Amino acid sequence: MAVAATAKQEESRVVLSARGLSKSFGAFMAVKNVDLDVHHARVHALIGPNGAGKTTVFNLLTKFLQPTAGSITLLGTDITKTPPDRIARMGLVRSFQISAVFPHLTVLDNVRVALQRTNGLSTQFWLPVSSLDRLNARADELIESVGLKRERNALAADLSYGRKRVLEIATTLALDPKVLLLDEPMAGMGQEDIGTVSNIIREVAKTRAVLMVEHNLSVVADICHHVTVLQRGEILAEGDYATVSQDPRVRTAYMGTEEA
Amino acid sequence: MSEMTQTAAKPRIERSATASRTYTIFVIIGLAALILAPMFFYPIFLMKLLCFALFACAFNLLLGYTGLLSFGHATFFGGAAYFTAHVVKEWGFPPELGILTGVVGAALLGLVMGFFAIRRQGIYFAMITLALSQMFFFFCLQAEFTQGEDGIQSVPRGHLFGFIDLNSSTNMYYFVLAVFLIGMVIIWRFINSPFGMILRSIRENEPRAISLGYSVARYKLGAFVMSAALAGLAGGLKSLVFQFATLTDVAWQMSGEVILMTLLGGIGTLIGPIFGAGLVVTLQNYLATSQFPVTIVTGVIFMVCVLVFRRGIIGEFYASRLGRKLGFEHRR
Repeated sequence: MAVAATAKQEESRVVLSARGLSKSFGAFMAVKNVDLDVHHARVHALIGPNGAGKTTVFNLLTKFLQPTAGSITLLGTDITKTPPDRIARMGLVRSFQISAVFPHLTVLDNVRVALQRTNGLSTQFWLPVSSLDRLNARADELIESVGLKRERNALAADLSYGRKRVLEIATTLALDPKVLLLDEPMAGMGQEDIGTVSNIIREVAKTRAVLMVEHNLSVVADICHHVTVLQRGEILAEGDYATVSQDPRVRTAYMGTEEA
Repeated sequence: MSEMTQTAAKPRIERSATASRTYTIFVIIGLAALILAPMFFYPIFLMKLLCFALFACAFNLLLGYTGLLSFGHATFFGGAAYFTAHVVKEWGFPPELGILTGVVGAALLGLVMGFFAIRRQGIYFAMITLALSQMFFFFCLQAEFTQGEDGIQSVPRGHLFGFIDLNSSTNMYYFVLAVFLIGMVIIWRFINSPFGMILRSIRENEPRAISLGYSVARYKLGAFVMSAALAGLAGGLKSLVFQFATLTDVAWQMSGEVILMTLLGGIGTLIGPIFGAGLVVTLQNYLATSQFPVTIVTGVIFMVCVLVFRRGIIGEFYASRLGRKLGFEHRR
């Protein structure tokens, strides 16, 4: 009984939150007064038409951009002024809209680069590269979990677009992040890869918080617990997919017409 | 689709095995050539060549493996030459300690310059390094210990470890060769290390490296200091070979020359800069006595390089049919 209660509590825990987040580029307000709460063990989607400011919100949350106003809290710590690499070390790891792999490294090396940091094997300039072989077991586990086993020794540049995105997720998971920010993880993927990635995200979100930008609404409907709709930098609607998708304002924003 | 990547991946591994075999053979041939070279060539010329080859390789560590174009490497080369010359001549340091002083001094200069430059990228990085190295040039011009326009002359070579007389040019040559090889081994190890792996990932995709939690600036600074220290090793050695250290070594033309050597030889190849340095030094030596002006000839060669063989001598060789047959593969 008590266990179930704590589990419940755990489930609704807010791990990443933003209050009054704003960003202006000169006179243009890209993001206006956005409040966002990302919960543990939930998949949270950020959707909205092109130019709504989704990627800017991502850049603000991960501190690749400095917000003009507002505050951000990660796991109870104020990170409004923290540099991006330290945020990554605190457990908030992001992916990018364009695929973020290291193209001229092999799949194995891509994953190992992430593991190098968490295993304290990144500053040793006097050791041979073979000293990294002890990361192989964990790297192979991750590679296998996303179904890249056959491409293990291929260069990342030689992978198809979908496979690159999958590799990117494996690399991100290597850091064992507490909060995962995925910027359009399914963009440009074939149907088969979408299924794989959906399953991976669902699995991953059992023990972590996931915030993702996604255009594919059937994916959003399928795997996201909570949806925030952005339009022109402001929050238009919020709630579960069923509620949000029935909201007439959202329908207008997406289709341009009421009845669409 | 995955079928295809699979078949594409297989030969790559086999090829790299062939590459390491050819590489070993080349290294052995190269070593033999370097050991026997003083029988056929003027030793001072060879020593100059080795010093500049090491300098270019140190520079390439930064440009080729970290992606940073420094326009101030003369500071480390020339600075170390001054430090070594000074402590050996005025304080009576033995040659090995003299060179060590040069290396430490260059590393400290690298730390300072790197600290200011590393947060900027591309042309801004190059400009800051150039500006700082010009400041160092004027410091050297004014400071007393460098003896201004005269430079530090007649630096004694001394006795290595107290008993090997370096005034014999054969002894000196093998000493220079040994230091050069140690420098190359350090560079090779540095590139092929966990640290080198992170440098490569930064060069490949810097935002991604940051998002994985790496403080990119620190890794770049590490590479910068290492490159400066190795450039200092070359500079200190050079001041013992020629027995002087002058303003030429810290002038911006020296920074430009090392860029030229690296480009000609092949950026991002371990041995390319050696060939680039060899070509430039040989040209300088032969043209010095002819009526062709050196700067114009090297300038023309530079233009041809940029227009026709951008990968540099070794880079083009790796990418050629013969190179690929031997198992090399030119990255990027």
